[in-house]
Amino acid sequence: MALAALIGFNVLNSIAALVLLSIGLGVIFGMMKIINLAHGEFLMLGAYATVITTNAGLNLFFAMLVVAPLFVGAVGLIVERGIIRFLYGRMIDTMLATWGLSLFLVGIITTIFGTTVKGVAAPFGGFAIGRYQASAYSVFMIVMAAAVLLGIWATLRFTRFGLIARATMQNPDMAAALGVSPPRIYMATFVLGAALTGLAGGVLVPVSGVAPTMGAAYIARAFITVIGGGAAIITGSGLASALFGFIDQVVTFQTTPVFGEVALLISALVMIRILPQGITGRFFRRSL
Amino acid sequence: MKPRPAWPGLCAVLAAMLVVMFGLPLVTGLFGLVQATVFIAMAVLALSQGFIWGYGGIMSFGQSAFFGLGGYTYAVAVMNMGDSTIPFFLSILLPAAFAALLGYFMFYGRISDAYVGVITLTVTVILFNVVNSTAGDVYHIGNAPLGGFNGMPSVPPLNMPGDPSSPLDPQQLYYVCMGLLVLVYLMLHLILASKFGRVVVAIRENETRAMLLGYDPRLYKLLVFAIGGGIAGLAGCLFTNWGGFISPTVFGLSQSAQIIIFVLVGGLGTLVGPILGAVAIEYLITVIGSQQTFNADLILGVVLVAFVLLVPQGVVPVLRGMTLRVFSQRRVAALPEAKPVRP
Amino acid sequence: MVRNRREILQSAAAVATTVLAAPFIRRAEAAEPIKVGSLLDLSGPIGTSGQPMFDAIQLAVAEVNAAGGLLGRPIELINYNTQSTIQLYSQYAQQLALKDRVAVVHGGITSASREAIRPVFDRYRILYFYNVLYEGGVCDRDIFCTGTTPAQTVNKLVPYALKTWGKKVYILAADYNYGQITAKWMTKYTRDGGGTVQAVDFFPLDVTGFTATISKIQEAKPDVILSALVGSNHTAFYRQWAAAGMKSKIPIASTTFGLVNELATLNPSESNGIVTAYGYYQELKTPKSVAFVDAIHKKFGADVPYISELAAATYEGFHLWAEGVKKANSIERMPVIKALETELSFDGPSGKVTIDHATHHVIRNAYLGKAVDKTWDVIASYPNQPPSDTAAVCNLIKAPNTDKQFVIDVKS
Repeated sequence: MALAALIGFNVLNSIAALVLLSIGLGVIFGMMKIINLAHGEFLMLGAYATVITTNAGLNLFFAMLVVAPLFVGAVGLIVERGIIRFLYGRMIDTMLATWGLSLFLVGIITTIFGTTVKGVAAPFGGFAIGRYQASAYSVFMIVMAAAVLLGIWATLRFTRFGLIARATMQNPDMAAALGVSPPRIYMATFVLGAALTGLAGGVLVPVSGVAPTMGAAYIARAFITVIGGGAAIITGSGLASALFGFIDQVVTFQTTPVFGEVALLISALVMIRILPQGITGRFFRRSL
Repeated sequence: MKPRPAWPGLCAVLAAMLVVMFGLPLVTGLFGLVQATVFIAMAVLALSQGFIWGYGGIMSFGQSAFFGLGGYTYAVAVMNMGDSTIPFFLSILLPAAFAALLGYFMFYGRISDAYVGVITLTVTVILFNVVNSTAGDVYHIGNAPLGGFNGMPSVPPLNMPGDPSSPLDPQQLYYVCMGLLVLVYLMLHLILASKFGRVVVAIRENETRAMLLGYDPRLYKLLVFAIGGGIAGLAGCLFTNWGGFISPTVFGLSQSAQIIIFVLVGGLGTLVGPILGAVAIEYLITVIGSQQTFNADLILGVVLVAFVLLVPQGVVPVLRGMTLRVFSQRRVAALPEAKPVRP
Repeated sequence: MVRNRREILQSAAAVATTVLAAPFIRRAEAAEPIKVGSLLDLSGPIGTSGQPMFDAIQLAVAEVNAAGGLLGRPIELINYNTQSTIQLYSQYAQQLALKDRVAVVHGGITSASREAIRPVFDRYRILYFYNVLYEGGVCDRDIFCTGTTPAQTVNKLVPYALKTWGKKVYILAADYNYGQITAKWMTKYTRDGGGTVQAVDFFPLDVTGFTATISKIQEAKPDVILSALVGSNHTAFYRQWAAAGMKSKIPIASTTFGLVNELATLNPSESNGIVTAYGYYQELKTPKSVAFVDAIHKKFGADVPYISELAAATYEGFHLWAEGVKKANSIERMPVIKALETELSFDGPSGKVTIDHATHHVIRNAYLGKAVDKTWDVIASYPNQPPSDTAAVCNLIKAPNTDKQFVIDVKS
């Protein structure tokens, strides 16, 4: 019984991690149809911002919840104004530019901080589920993932900005005709997506090995989750994360991590074959 | 009007390639030829991507899957058979067949373009994970241990057809690679000039319209993808011959991204572009590693971003535009521009 | 323009001196440098391992040059950054062999990179030194491997773990050759010591989530965990393990922990108590070790990453080659190989390192270290460990033309 609870908890944790990883990419892709290949490096920047400031004395939670998103959001702003802005509608060129950006970010962080950096241990310690130990920090991660999803949903649903953003997503020309400036919205969305990714990077710090090249381990998974989720940002990413996280955890527990990873990839393949527009292409089509 | 290839451009490029093929050995030593060989293998790989993407409109993020398959097929086959003739052809046919299978899965399932990218990406990541885990004696195909992450070293090189005791030396390998590049380039040019090629481009332009005209886009895309897969497999075979080695990193995400970069830098929608792009980027990466002052990723990143912002269509279209402008200034009378007919 | 007699005489004297001195000047210019090649990843994921190795070889070259060079000639180090890419290893190997025409190459980090370039150096007849700890089994007369192999380290780590903590073992390993073969050795030594292996889990190199595994381990209740996890992504395991509160419950012994600077990046609460086995620790207090560490800090700064066996073996490997050149009085490949095969040795930071003729590996010291507050406490030393795993499959005296890596089949 306790084992089932433990596994259930692990599944939730895995889903939470996937949600955090992919929501930033989902916001950017959902709004602007841009494939941001520097997504992993935005994660890395958020992690570095958290680690550097925490080691300099700042409170860990302040660093990961405030400093990291602000910093990466600022970086996102610079990137958007400096590069992405000129490439609207040119999906392929943005891919190339963001790939170049990702190399650049890895290079500059390595140049400044070297190839390794002192990380941060997880706060809270462990807690017991029956006779098993689980990480209390995982609870924090689950809470954060839920909060992020809720926050985005609330923003899209209840605020004026959310309304304008949704309108621009659906029909940029019509929104422009109604007085909205789509480029402004794109800029805001890119910054928001970057900030969310920075937040995710910060949250992941206590349970990861932080290095300039850490982004590469996450990009494929985030990419697949977003595409598998489909057009709707929250429902799509949420459902896709749930599906893939579940499969990964369960298969890994039953067999080995190699099969877990392969199972995740194959299920992604199959799902895309069955539901070519992603989950929310067919189900929950009108959702956010 | 019967479609025909653009003869002036084609002849110019072929002539240039032949000059390089026979001229390079005269100006550089053995190392230069060996170095050129890997650039040529990459150029062939870039051609495969440039063909299926620039002309077929298929955004594949996983050409490296066929590249790797070709390389591994050659290595396994030649280690088992001894003579390299059949392995050579297998390294083209097997990836092509796999591409056909994958293409059937994708195009007959009406997957949209962005998802083609994701599926091909996923396939190459799966292949990497699977081949990476094949260390240990258990994993061998006949005489050839797959070697897992460590790869397969000391792969016997191509030999004169039917004569395993006379392997090609590096200089001969260079000629073979260059010759194959010329052949592939010519073949693709002829395909594109044929009716088949015209339909493929039409499908890329507007799939619905092509369908309404009676062509089955799924079949054409499948064939294009299979041809691209075969060419990538050939590139894999050449690559394995150049290094005498193959390992799972050929299936990696970086390798796939690099192929796309070759095509983008050279110019999407041309055949010469990918070739030049591959050579240029490979050369740049080589030079970057020879210096220790700046971080390699930093330099490459800056170059790529600058490239996108300043020369987004790629080098070849820009050069072509410049050349055409120079030549068109010589014409005495300008022909009237054809105006599109509006209903 | 010549002004007076004095200037004519002066310029005449200058010309005369030059003409007379010419033969001597030419001979001095004939002290052409000896080119030494280096192939290391200095950027990308493996860059963390490559940078200390590069520092070490630069130090070794500088020392030899300061002492007058080799055979009266200075050493010129030609290094290429292979950027964690196998293709570049092949490319630069060919460049070093065909264009730069170096006398020897020190390089390669992962076994994959070594296997990519070993055939190139065999074909173009360039001597090659591989200075990194690995899974053992390379049998090739053209290469010398100076790093430790499982028979030298795992052979000491596992009995210690069994004796100290208990007989039930859970093995975690990176999913590629090194991890898989090390896991086999761990299994063998566990069974030899009367223990049982409850499970062996392999992890692809980009895995970052270990919660399922941590649950499995708790289910199995081992006495000790043996880890051959590799790379900074796998560092997440140690973090997540401590986060789950398991750190104090089940001890960990590892053959790879510390190689990507984990002691600096993890907290003491995450790393304390982990036991490892290597051929060198920066904390060794022998005079040679202290001098080595001081020299590195002086030349490259005090905040270089941890100086591990990789750096020490690179340093020792270069000096071993230099000894071979001195004994052979030549930089030609075969004479140097034959000189080295007379079982030359060098007193390095890790102790005495001796070449073993039959395997072209080295007999070197092994140490056990326990992590204590971000440093290693060396708790045991084992002098002069032979490379017996490779020796079981490789005998270059009897079969000098062997040229492959044997996958050592571990029967337990």
